[in-house]
Amino acid sequence: MTLGGIDIIVLTATLMAASTPVLLAATGELIAEKAGVLNLGVEGMMIMGAMAGFAVAVTTGSPVAGFLAGAVAGALMALLFAVLTQVLLSNQTATGLALTLFGLGLSALFGKGYEGVRPPSTGKVPFGPLSEIPVIGPVLFSHDWVVYASLILVAVTWAFLRFTRAGLILRAVGESHDAAHALGYRVIAVRIAALAFGGALAGLGGAYLSLVRVPQWTEGMTAGAGWIALAIVVFASWRAERVLIGAYLFGGITALQLQLQAAGYAIPVHLLSMAPYVITIVVLVILSAIHRHGAQAAPADLGRSFHASA
Amino acid sequence: MITLIKRPTPSRGWSYTTPIIAVLATMIAGGLMFAALGKDPAQAIRMIFWDPLFGPNAAYFRGQLLVKAGPLILIASGLAVGFRAGIWNIGAEGQYIIGAICGASVALAAYPAESHLLFPAMIVAGALGGWLWGMIPAVLKVLFNTSEILVSLMLVYVAQNLLAYAAFGPLKNPQGFGFPGSRNLQQYPSAHNPELIAGTGAHWGVLAALVAVIGAYILMHRHIAGFRIRVAGEAPRAARFAGVVPARLVMFCLGLSGALAGLAGLFEVSGPSGQITDGFNAGYGFTAIIVAFLGRLHPLGILLAGLLMALTYIGGDMAQMMLGLPGAAIQVFQGMLLFFLLGFDVLTNYRIRIGRARA
Amino acid sequence: MTGDKLLQIEGLTKAYPGVVANDGVGFSVAPGEVHALLGENGAGKSTLVKMIYGLVKPDAGTMHLMGKPYTPAEPRAARASGVAMVFQHFSLFEALNVAENVALGMENPPPMGDLAKRIREISNAYGLPLDPERLVGDLSAGERQRVEIIRCLLQDPKLLIMDEPTSVLTPQEVEILFHTLRKLSSEGTAILYISHKLEEIRSLCDGATILRGGKVVATCTPREKTARELAEMMVGGEFKATDRTQRTLGHTIFEVKDLDLAPMSQFGPALKKVTLSLRAGEVLGVGGVAGNGQEELLATLSGERVSAPGTVLLHGQDISDLGPNDRRRLGLQGAPEERLGHAAVPAMSLTDNALLTGTVRRPLTNRGFLDMKAARLFAEEIIKNFDVRTPGPHVAARALSGGNLQKFVIGREVLQYPEVLIVNQPTWGVDAAAAASIRQALLDLASKGAAVIVISQDLDELMEIADRFCALNEGRLSAPRDTEGLTLDEIGLMLGGAHGMQEAAL
Repeated sequence: MTLGGIDIIVLTATLMAASTPVLLAATGELIAEKAGVLNLGVEGMMIMGAMAGFAVAVTTGSPVAGFLAGAVAGALMALLFAVLTQVLLSNQTATGLALTLFGLGLSALFGKGYEGVRPPSTGKVPFGPLSEIPVIGPVLFSHDWVVYASLILVAVTWAFLRFTRAGLILRAVGESHDAAHALGYRVIAVRIAALAFGGALAGLGGAYLSLVRVPQWTEGMTAGAGWIALAIVVFASWRAERVLIGAYLFGGITALQLQLQAAGYAIPVHLLSMAPYVITIVVLVILSAIHRHGAQAAPADLGRSFHASA
Repeated sequence: MITLIKRPTPSRGWSYTTPIIAVLATMIAGGLMFAALGKDPAQAIRMIFWDPLFGPNAAYFRGQLLVKAGPLILIASGLAVGFRAGIWNIGAEGQYIIGAICGASVALAAYPAESHLLFPAMIVAGALGGWLWGMIPAVLKVLFNTSEILVSLMLVYVAQNLLAYAAFGPLKNPQGFGFPGSRNLQQYPSAHNPELIAGTGAHWGVLAALVAVIGAYILMHRHIAGFRIRVAGEAPRAARFAGVVPARLVMFCLGLSGALAGLAGLFEVSGPSGQITDGFNAGYGFTAIIVAFLGRLHPLGILLAGLLMALTYIGGDMAQMMLGLPGAAIQVFQGMLLFFLLGFDVLTNYRIRIGRARA
Repeated sequence: MTGDKLLQIEGLTKAYPGVVANDGVGFSVAPGEVHALLGENGAGKSTLVKMIYGLVKPDAGTMHLMGKPYTPAEPRAARASGVAMVFQHFSLFEALNVAENVALGMENPPPMGDLAKRIREISNAYGLPLDPERLVGDLSAGERQRVEIIRCLLQDPKLLIMDEPTSVLTPQEVEILFHTLRKLSSEGTAILYISHKLEEIRSLCDGATILRGGKVVATCTPREKTARELAEMMVGGEFKATDRTQRTLGHTIFEVKDLDLAPMSQFGPALKKVTLSLRAGEVLGVGGVAGNGQEELLATLSGERVSAPGTVLLHGQDISDLGPNDRRRLGLQGAPEERLGHAAVPAMSLTDNALLTGTVRRPLTNRGFLDMKAARLFAEEIIKNFDVRTPGPHVAARALSGGNLQKFVIGREVLQYPEVLIVNQPTWGVDAAAAASIRQALLDLASKGAAVIVISQDLDELMEIADRFCALNEGRLSAPRDTEGLTLDEIGLMLGGAHGMQEAAL
């Protein structure tokens, strides 16, 4: 099935893989923002996850160990952010930027020896005959386990926020830290936990980039994926199910753009490569325009520091 | 147990001291990092902070100092005005690139005609280019309340791709034997931004940076407009009450910082760099964010911070050549500096009490 | 040793840097007793109840609950021991619904479905009906308080703490609340009732502990005292009434006609067809429960929000599209309710805060350039004339107490000699002495020929200083009535009565 030189089945299949890094990172950031913290360091956590995951997978030969290392690296970066913003009450915007700049530098430093190496391959889930089904097979049953794990994670996140008491407390902390504190909830502890979770998912997303998506390690390889994840959270109006839609939309655009390049269209490569960023802006604008007079979906205390006054 | 107690009045003393403490802490932490990399920490620190100024080849390096500090200070002066107002332009790198492309395009279009008007025209084009690129997030924020942080950052990637496109396509040197990159403006007298005083590295951009520092100081600390900008950052509702129109403020801050970043790009492409190439941008737009914070968003602080940051660039290059220190180490070093600064900043607004009196 | 007392407190002390909030405080509450904690703002009432509720740890002293030592480490522990609290600033989450808000205040909430059912049952039983599905942000202030109360009642508290519960209620709603509280007390629940409203305490409470400067100054049975006696115990001196000399009213100088304004925030009210007119020398009181459009009214009148042409007129000139500074130039000034962050910049010095609104009518700038010396002198003038207690104009606004900062804000506007001054909640959270001097300053300004609009929730205050009274209810402004001869019942009806409440079925 081709349309203008683009194979729709291949496109749809690549879409899921292309979306996974931002889907993971955006889901993690969603949790952090729901708790009221704006961590602009997603890019820095992702790239550290990409580097650490790659290095560990190459050294141990185990992709699973690599993904774990990616998550840990992302979480450690997030904890650094947490100490600065939650304990030392630094400005969240500035600290997030610092985290990104720091992560880009640190990953380049530690990743030096791993350039040009191939990582061990992450196995596809053996669906057997299911993957042989025409159209549905290659689209739905031809991926590695991380793709499915990321989908499950979105579902779990959705259910956590909607149905659990812990999810309710998390949302409450993000809506009004003063009220949550007055009721005796530990605002700072909740936020640090949310940040660590967000960092772990960002690191996981980064590891997926370097271990599966590309797959190799290069400096600055996240190329703005972390920032797109931040945009997706806005796009999703802070709702888990919409994060999935947003991530797949952007994944689709990335996949399409690559396919257009491959199909040999007479559009300069560099202009095509701009597409995901331009479209991110366009979607953000449309979303903001819709929400302009409607309900404000952002957690009310997003980005505000909490200090219990005596 | 450690408790933070909010100071009734922010401490002036600490606000001046924290940047110095942060620099010292970075030297210690950086030294540990260098040691971990197997380098002599004392030597590395000396090479970064001392040798470029007073070492054996200082004469050459001192000139480089202003070349690097010029764009950093120029960009940071503009960014700081916005940061003070709570308007986060983090896309200066993109505005810098577009300024360079616009300025260079004017020169390349006029090539090879010589005229005294060409350089001024390039300056206007560079500033205008950066201004326009900064106005995109501004207009979107005003009209649709779109986050200027995300839009300005996305536009960096767009600008980088435009830069590559220009270097490979429309601006490619027709006599360049097929290599990407534009003509070298250093060899085009009317368009060249020369060193004004031999050996100092001071070109027109350095002068512009100095003017920007003075201008920003007058605006922010002597004029009612700057006072209102500061109020807007401290307390947005109080700013409205004082007559600030938020839309105008957003346009002004993003436009100003964009124009200054564009200017920095123009001076770089017509001077030290000379040509539009794929990798023309060196991250000044991002480092300027660190400079702005290290300078405590104060114009004079930014002047000093810009020089210090330029020093780490040059010293880092030197350490890379002489000690084989990885290039990324200096990026980490700069990141650490920002972290320490943000962390120690707590002392300005809070008192730290260790232990607590319990009966 | 504590006998039949429910709560027994002895020698409770809590000090903060520079101030002893509670100094050896002791009192006791019997089961089923409604006990008042009476004191001015800053007397230490809030700190005391925060210690009882486990939010603040005392430096010294003991508490016993039902005879057992009681040292709640956190609110959770307090709730588990049977102590519940209704906050003055509600501890509610606007974007969450009623059931979720209730669940957050409970230790072991039942599943959401059961909880919703119980909320319906309990709220109807106590005459405070609530829909568990509604977003709290869409509720009125009175309804929000019901959420807090229901949250407490669902946990069968032994002791219910209520912090200034009536400040957000209309007189009719207050009556209903009192019915509910009496019912609770008859069922054996003790109530610790914090207020500075003396008549309320006299009609509701069985006992009272009076705090001043962090110390217990008296314990009494409020029904046996007159309001004046209670006031003098609370303030610690003679009460000075405001001097309301006869003013002569000039001609109309300020008019608002059919003013509409869209909501400024997601849960904010819209202004609908607001109409008023004001004569020189007149004080107009605008009453109403918070959240009914007070902030919006101030914003449109001061120029922070512009409105349709022809809706706001000063001296007959249409100023609807002018910003705050243009309006100041013409003589119209305002003072918003929120002192920190709206009327003043918390981290900036008083000199800077004098510049905030003072540059238009005072020569504090020279062709746009700041004259810091003139600004400092202006700040010093405000400090001196309005008795602002502060080390000097270099001090940050947030370092001042609420009353002192409010005096500074009012002084800043009054000393620019406006022709029309609009103030929102001028004495909210301010101690009695400061409140009296602020009221006097407003009256003095009016007697010099300025027109003053006072927006306030404090009906006593409006009756004391306003010539005419109108009510703001859900964004609508009622027709004004002369304050003389206006009864509390009439005012209550103007304020919207009981907002659909029903009295407790006893």
